[in-house]
Amino acid sequence: MTGSSTKLLRWSIPLAVFVVLLAFLWVGLGRDPREIPSPLIGKPAPAFQLVQLHDPGKTLATSDLKGKVWLLNVWASWCVSCRVEHPLLLQLAKTNAVPVYGLDYKDKADDALAWLAQHGNPYTASIVDSDGKVGIDYGVYGVPETFLIDKAGVVRYKQIGPLTIEALQQKILPLVRQLQQ
Amino acid sequence: MTPRGRIGAWLAMIAIVGGSALAADPPPVARPPAAPSPALEARLKNLETELRCLVCQNQTLADSNADLAGDLRREVRELALAGRNDAEIRDYLVARYGDFVLYDPPLKRTTWLLWFGPFVLLLGGGVVWWQVLQRRQRASASAPTHDSAAEARARALLEDEPPASSPARDATARAAPRRKR
Repeated sequence: MTGSSTKLLRWSIPLAVFVVLLAFLWVGLGRDPREIPSPLIGKPAPAFQLVQLHDPGKTLATSDLKGKVWLLNVWASWCVSCRVEHPLLLQLAKTNAVPVYGLDYKDKADDALAWLAQHGNPYTASIVDSDGKVGIDYGVYGVPETFLIDKAGVVRYKQIGPLTIEALQQKILPLVRQLQQ
Repeated sequence: MTPRGRIGAWLAMIAIVGGSALAADPPPVARPPAAPSPALEARLKNLETELRCLVCQNQTLADSNADLAGDLRREVRELALAGRNDAEIRDYLVARYGDFVLYDPPLKRTTWLLWFGPFVLLLGGGVVWWQVLQRRQRASASAPTHDSAAEARARALLEDEPPASSPARDATARAAPRRKR
């Protein structure tokens, strides 16, 4: 090894290590630590049979939705960021692109009904998870959350936090169209 | 009661209390529903400190006051009472929330970097350190040894130095190299 190549190594190796470290930190900056990848993606959606919010005499079960592509939106009347995504859900409901089912998570039925009456009801049907058990089955930890479930009842996508136009246009709706075929 | 009788009564009492204390210990493999007991509480406490609260991510399930943490503690308790062992309870939560709920990440392909990365770095550092040592040793071995001719020339230069303007300065200039030797 000649002297000049040793010198080159002497500064290029630490520089390379530094650049790699910088790259890791840079990527880390852009990641949201609150977004925990769901282990449910690609797995059958946990089964439930729950009472409907608007008609407590009736229930809705995952088995009723077999053969459909549907969204499960976990929300609550006490959830502040649910208000952020709500206009988007109302718009989505108008397009009839995909049925949205609302899971009213750890909420009082009266509060939930009043909330929907005030803000508008985008849901094909709403079901009540008053003790949060179904929420635990779905790995819900931050309301709102939205799951996309295919015809076979497999979870295909999970949105943590409020829905955004970008998420809908770039991920959810293309995936819906693909799954509906 | 005679003294002997009293001792006998004490022994009987110790036997009864000791026996019941032993009986209260649950069997090591708790297949049948576990009864609420101090041992179960200790087991739950221990398990909860191994599990992460999803909402406040740097707290364990045991420490967290979050609503979801309370629900998950309840869920863990119910599972334990139903006779599930710790591994089964952990699997139950991992199936819903992913490995993130475990404070101790499992060893698998995606966590290799996490587990072995520090040792690889340590090894790399060790190799660099060893190479630097080797190079220094080689450098000192090949460095010119005592050059008496050069020393004589240096001494001559020092001796023939023209007298400095200040005697004090002159003294230090002369003393310094000698002191060094």
